[in-house]
Amino acid sequence: MATQSEAGAISAGTRRTTRMLLNQIFGPLLQILYFVIGSAVILGTIVILLAFLLQGTRSDINLLQGTLIILPQVIVDSLVRGFLYAMIALGYTMVYGVLEFINFAHGEIFMVGAFVVAGFGLMLNSAGILGDFPGILFVIISVLLGAAVSGILAVSVERVAYRPLRNSPKLVLLISTIGMSLVLQDLVRIIATSTPLGFNARVLTPDLGSAIRLATLPNPGGNDINVIIDARSMIFILASIVMLIFLNYLVNVTRVGKAMRAVAQDRPTASLMGINVNNIIALTFLVGGALGGAAGVLFGIRVQAINPYVGFLPGLKAFTAAVLGGIGNITGAMVGGIVLGFLEAFVASYLSLFTAGAFAGANYADIAAFSILIIILIFKPEGLLGEATVQKV
Amino acid sequence: MSLLELQNVHTYYGNIHALKGVSITVNEGEVVTLIGSNGAGKSTTLRTISGLLRPRLGEVLFKGKRIDRMPPHDIVQLGIAQSPEGRRIFPRLTVLENLELGAYIHNSNSPEYRRDLERVFDLFPRLRERYTQKGGTLSGGEQQMLAIGRALMTRPSVILLDEPSMGLAPVLVEQIFDIVQEINAQGTTVLLVEQNAHMALAIAHRAYVLQTGMIVLENTAEAVAKDETVQKAYLGLD
Repeated sequence: MATQSEAGAISAGTRRTTRMLLNQIFGPLLQILYFVIGSAVILGTIVILLAFLLQGTRSDINLLQGTLIILPQVIVDSLVRGFLYAMIALGYTMVYGVLEFINFAHGEIFMVGAFVVAGFGLMLNSAGILGDFPGILFVIISVLLGAAVSGILAVSVERVAYRPLRNSPKLVLLISTIGMSLVLQDLVRIIATSTPLGFNARVLTPDLGSAIRLATLPNPGGNDINVIIDARSMIFILASIVMLIFLNYLVNVTRVGKAMRAVAQDRPTASLMGINVNNIIALTFLVGGALGGAAGVLFGIRVQAINPYVGFLPGLKAFTAAVLGGIGNITGAMVGGIVLGFLEAFVASYLSLFTAGAFAGANYADIAAFSILIIILIFKPEGLLGEATVQKV
Repeated sequence: MSLLELQNVHTYYGNIHALKGVSITVNEGEVVTLIGSNGAGKSTTLRTISGLLRPRLGEVLFKGKRIDRMPPHDIVQLGIAQSPEGRRIFPRLTVLENLELGAYIHNSNSPEYRRDLERVFDLFPRLRERYTQKGGTLSGGEQQMLAIGRALMTRPSVILLDEPSMGLAPVLVEQIFDIVQEINAQGTTVLLVEQNAHMALAIAHRAYVLQTGMIVLENTAEAVAKDETVQKAYLGLD
């Protein structure tokens, strides 16, 4: 009896089952999926209800029909925005997790990624091989390149501007992050304006394929509705998912991931386990920066026109997403990004439709994002998935 | 030969002079206890040994080599493990992950790792039962077991225990002290910091009494337990 239970404990204690492994990697993604479906259903229902209620207030178009026609496209747009914020938010939340300060230079780390792909495209173009370059290969190379450059940059910034201040008050660090943000913006501006890239850089890419028709919905009142996703959005979403899987593997399964979580929970005690805390902090910046840089590359590929200040607003919104999900919580950052992306896209698309153009929705999307930040800070400061801060006994 | 030695160690917290020339010797195979009241500098002494604090003056020697300028993660590698005050387990990691982190400096695929894990589970059967549970959901006693188990996973030659009895029910305190003795019997040297002087002196070979950052008494545990001032101040006897 004793030997039997002992043998059971050995296998249970030292080996992880495949199921546990899959759960650790895909569990957070499943949670994202729930929030994607949840946000789509809830917001979709709200706009449809609103359309019913407001039906007839506009004489020029059939409001209900208009709402339904653009709904699939709005959801695609929501996903792209959501994954964009999720990927950037991870950098904020990971750094907050280990050091408990907000790295406001992270938006610029993201922007640098966008400039890396612009530079790469320009180089290929001036070499005359851009047109024939395979699209997939271009995406993969530029994502890896952007991740590497931004990751290394983030580590250098930490080493130069944050580590010497680690024992200073948090406010000093915060100011240092804002300072680094300005430094990086102007550094990129100088580089961009003194090279053929220019201040308003175009992101040149090879042909990435045409739009994909996902489905055709029957529409009793007129033409069938085509649910279309353009190739660049598709690339964005797929690449984001691949990187989130990689991140979950790194953080939840590997030895360094465990060390990262330990450092985030208790730095001195982690060092008592033989963990080199400085190395783990540098690694955190590397991974967060790399994700931000990769997001920048994908963003650049999708919008195709960038400047040195494109990182500011997405950075601030991703910070909102991180707070929304529960700052310091990795799955929370992903979920927060998704929810924020959905809310923003719905506001941007439907506000002007419902108000007969009185509010140009796209401009109000920013207001929606930051209103959420304020509401969360007032009513649920720990965020969607965050744990309420409990005094340690 | 002394395994661990503190020579005239002065440690500061900012401007606060917490240790004022502490000298302690721990020999291989011993249980040495450091008793004293709140704020005497007991935890500071352990944190200075493990490298979390740096002494401003004096030396810490381990196996004759100076370690007082080394970072904590290197000191662990030498074979000094600390179970910190207040247990400090990782609350959002499972029991097993906490133990795996204890073995961070070792290869987790080695038979030695499995042997260590089995040893910890044998010492603390409760941890075996709860190995998938998050550390933060354990009771105080279980968390203490986990903190000691985690320290043992580093495969130390000397283990520093900081107030293992703190906040535990008397039954659990006895259990923990039994286990400390067992750990010592298995060949690990123990430096035990305690406010519960009665229990600590009962299992220790030698004892030091620390008062406001200075060692005021050192002797065999038996002799310290019979000392009049100690009886009055720490054992509650008249």
